[in-house]
Amino acid sequence: MNPSFSVNPISDLDQLLQYPFMVHALAAGTIVAVIAALVGWFVVLRRESFVCHTLSVMSFPGASGAALAGLPLASGYFVFAVGGALAIAFGSRIGGKRSATAESAVVGTVGAVALALGFLFLSLYGGILESVETLLFGSFVGITAAQVRTLLVVALLAGGVLAFVGRPLFYASVDERSARADGVPVQALSVVFLVLLGLAVAAIAQIVGVLLTFALLVAPAATAQLVTTRLRLSLALAVTLSVLETWAALTLAYFTNAALGFCLTTISLVLFAAARVARERRG
Amino acid sequence: MFALPFVRNALLAGSLIAIASGLLGYFIVLRAQVFAGDALSHVAFTGALAAAAVGVDLRIGLFAATVLMALTFAGLGERARADDVTVGVAFAWILGLGVLFLDLFNASSSGGSGLLGARALFGSIFGLSGGEAALAAVIAAVLIATTLLIARPLLFVSLDPAVAIARGVPARLLGAVFLVLVGADAAEATQAVGALLLLGLLAAPAGAAHRLTARPYLGMAISAAIALASVWIGVALSYRVAALPPSSAIVLVAGAFYVLAFVRAPRLLAGVLRWTR
Repeated sequence: MNPSFSVNPISDLDQLLQYPFMVHALAAGTIVAVIAALVGWFVVLRRESFVCHTLSVMSFPGASGAALAGLPLASGYFVFAVGGALAIAFGSRIGGKRSATAESAVVGTVGAVALALGFLFLSLYGGILESVETLLFGSFVGITAAQVRTLLVVALLAGGVLAFVGRPLFYASVDERSARADGVPVQALSVVFLVLLGLAVAAIAQIVGVLLTFALLVAPAATAQLVTTRLRLSLALAVTLSVLETWAALTLAYFTNAALGFCLTTISLVLFAAARVARERRG
Repeated sequence: MFALPFVRNALLAGSLIAIASGLLGYFIVLRAQVFAGDALSHVAFTGALAAAAVGVDLRIGLFAATVLMALTFAGLGERARADDVTVGVAFAWILGLGVLFLDLFNASSSGGSGLLGARALFGSIFGLSGGEAALAAVIAAVLIATTLLIARPLLFVSLDPAVAIARGVPARLLGAVFLVLVGADAAEATQAVGALLLLGLLAAPAGAAHRLTARPYLGMAISAAIALASVWIGVALSYRVAALPPSSAIVLVAGAFYVLAFVRAPRLLAGVLRWTR
């Protein structure tokens, strides 16, 4: 039967939850949304969206490389994501000071080379190209209960690490000089954060695709940081926004049959634009 | 290998696109706008799919989408530099839009979408016809000429915006023109190396040039030369090794140049300095 939206929220909810794949999608989406918002909050704070995008792109060579080597896909995701994180971390530091110019070139080159490798692996593997689109743009359909459990474990791990390094990381991100003077290991923290970002992105991307990973990491956190400068409030707001956006997008995609990636990114763009306009009005 | 028309077409279009990308890339890296360049090259993907979904010529979609997005980025940021987060959110939405068009296109025609999607994402330099290659070369030549024309004021604005503005250089306008040039270059290069791999031609040669020299005009020349060499070596490699797709080969060669610049930078630089003294 075709789902049809009505004014009755209870019947809508019934329709939404009648298939197990939607229940799994909602469960996975919620976990992904929470962890993406937490990690993404620091990404936005540190102005590292480009790195974040590049690391989520790593899942393409990861998946095609693993397929070519006959290894489980997850191993490819993790190897490339962590490898990319380390390449960026050390590449932008070789030969002296960290500068925006050098860093953006390193990140761009790492991303392009990774994609080129992915395309090479794919053509060596001779796989079907349709799967590239699923890989890049993802879908929530077909998530299994086992994947939801794996995701939960990864989310708890990432959350634990963030809880551990969160305070010094915040200090180092906001005021690097004072943090350094206070003896905070700024460099080590930034490497730890990049690796954590790589791991989180790898875990999320293999389930929802590159596009949704990137959208969920950056947009809700960016919106929250525009709305309020209060630390805990904006963190909580980022998580709330992220979860609500995911639910809304899943519902919208379910009832209208539009692509989930389009629904999610449109909702988050509208909210972000609204927050930006509101902030400029306030002055 | 030069006897074959498709190789000649590939080299003709590829060479000029490479020089344009190398020159523009130098400024992209200088202005730390690689992310915006990356976003613009992905816009090309959405543009191509939109054109396919509507049923107009691919190139119209490519150029319309990239130029429009370049103007949007220019309008959003101070001095025509949109910030990291804004680019990120817009970027995500553009990809989302691409997915929508992909769906529409899938619905309107059966099959072929995988091929088109792959062509837009990864390009097919060997697939260019004589006419396509000539047009791409002409447009790339216009891009090169325009970039060289605005190179001097653009350098000034990029290196010292405050002084440049005080001297009456139109910083905002230059920033916007520059982004439009990058957008047009992205639309161009999508046909050759693809939307996803364009970044390899924009970031890697320019990054290498920035490591090798601090002198701007020399840097621009080195960047263009490395991009050109990457295209030629890449095309030759993929002609020899059938399994190696040309786009991958080009970007991997560019990446190798970048790594080489990293490793060799101090020694080479010392050599050049000794030579100039």
